[in-house]
Amino acid sequence: MPIHQTTSYVFEDSDAAAAYFNLQEYGNTYSRIMNPTVAAFEERVANLEGGAGAVAFASGLAAQSAALFTLLQPGDHVVASSALYGGTVTQFKHLLRKLSVELDFVDINQPSAWQGAIKNNTKLFFGETIGNPSGSVMDIQAIADIAHAAKIPLMVDNTFATPYLCRPLDWGADIVVHSATKFLGGHGTSLGGVVVESGEFDWSNGRFPIIEAPSPAYHGLKFHETFGTFGFLMKLRCETLRDLGACMSPFNAFLLAQGIETLPLRMRAHVSNALAVAEFLQTHTQVSGVHYAGLSASPYQTLVQKYLPKGAGAVFCFDLVGGREAGIQLIEQLSLFSHLANVGDAKSLVIHPATTTHRQLSDTELNAAGISAGTIRVSIGIEDAQDLIADLAYGLAAIT
Amino acid sequence: MSESLAKWQQPDTIQTSLNAKNIAIVGLSSNPLRASHFVGLYLLNNGYQITPVNPTEKEIFGLTCYPNLLEIPHEIDLVDVFRAPDAAPGIAQEAATIGADFLWLQFGVISPEAIAIAEAAQITCIVDRCIKIEHARYRGRMHWLGFNTEQISARRREP
Ligand SMILES: Cc1ncc(COP(=O)(O)O)c(C=O)c1O
Repeated sequence: MPIHQTTSYVFEDSDAAAAYFNLQEYGNTYSRIMNPTVAAFEERVANLEGGAGAVAFASGLAAQSAALFTLLQPGDHVVASSALYGGTVTQFKHLLRKLSVELDFVDINQPSAWQGAIKNNTKLFFGETIGNPSGSVMDIQAIADIAHAAKIPLMVDNTFATPYLCRPLDWGADIVVHSATKFLGGHGTSLGGVVVESGEFDWSNGRFPIIEAPSPAYHGLKFHETFGTFGFLMKLRCETLRDLGACMSPFNAFLLAQGIETLPLRMRAHVSNALAVAEFLQTHTQVSGVHYAGLSASPYQTLVQKYLPKGAGAVFCFDLVGGREAGIQLIEQLSLFSHLANVGDAKSLVIHPATTTHRQLSDTELNAAGISAGTIRVSIGIEDAQDLIADLAYGLAAIT
Repeated sequence: MSESLAKWQQPDTIQTSLNAKNIAIVGLSSNPLRASHFVGLYLLNNGYQITPVNPTEKEIFGLTCYPNLLEIPHEIDLVDVFRAPDAAPGIAQEAATIGADFLWLQFGVISPEAIAIAEAAQITCIVDRCIKIEHARYRGRMHWLGFNTEQISARRREP
């Protein structure tokens, strides 16, 4: 897969150039909008997710912003799961407010709460296949059915599951987003994000004039009518990506695509190690709770069997009996786990939210966020499971 | 609906139909923002002989526009339809009369009656698909924009 490290492309002639800019012919114009290396990455992700196509972005959050900008306008309303990655919560709360878009968070475990949150101006449902860091599992089909009955699309962040463990579009989701930074890339080297769309949602159902009506930002083009299945994706690329500008670099596309080549091998190792480590932690006297959906005692077992039969991912939290101090001590003792703020690397990662990502919060606020002062989040890598367990056993034994 | 149409969306049939040379586009619009115009221009740029069919136009792309298929003085291999579904049976009948090989019904042009008429005249039908997209998928540059061509192959492909 060559790296097309270029900003732009020599046109064959003036007619060809005009046809590309008018979107009459598929052609390369400028790398903020498209690039052959990035396109190869996009098509692979689209294929793995079973979508009509994909558009890549500079990061996972850039991908989410672009999806939101494409389908929302001021006065719209979004319903999102309350169990989301913290960065997404911040993005939704503050960015959407600046755009005069209303937002309600609802309980991911209660599909009926989603039904109750629908308003006349609701334009989007959003949730994570596997919640970060709570480990919740989304009942995608039930929530998609509720969305579709109200002509609303469902967008799912599939970062933690990857298409190897779950393909949300197969269960009725309309849009999938990824932080490719995590398991898709798999090596903690490159940021990237991607939006995949099924091509099956009816954007001309009357609820989405922003996509259906002639676009003033593209000389009056009606994206859905003109491009059918590809209408949303064309608008996402040729308007939103063009205007927001957060494109993926060709070099990152190359590295992320190389990561995807080993996705099935890595995911198999990730989930089997995660289960082994979770089972070990469950029996340890220093540990008061392990929130891994793959454990047979997990309240999510039924949903795991339906949506994640190959495994419940590799990121989960556990609580230490000794609270905040015990958390600090454990982190200090570990030598195989890297102490950093990422997930989804081939190597195992650990973080103590109370002293890092959630440092500003009081114990009461921590509890409201679903974690405690003694909560540890791990992202289990593909090392030998016994080595990981030995490292954790050593660290837990050192807690005084 | 989409599953029941699968029979008229087979990749082999679609790829064979792309060998056609003379394509009549029924309902071709002179408005450059209409889907039919995008498709017509694309087919023209990709080496097909195009014959516009539209009773309300005289000329599109500098080509004579005919009011219906029966008036076309030359041979047509493939009839591509951008009309409301209820116009499709009449067009299928005309396609049968002029001896076309393929009847291509674009997105949303779903008419069991038109399919029955065409098939009775040995015309191969492709339904609820876009000929531009399918050309771009199998022979064109659809993969340049990150679309899922569903073509997984380790063979070298031209850029
Ligand atoms: C579930 C989830 N979604 C989205 C993101 C954001 O991705 P990025 O950091 O690539 O912008 C993250 C990052 O931690 C994440 O964990």
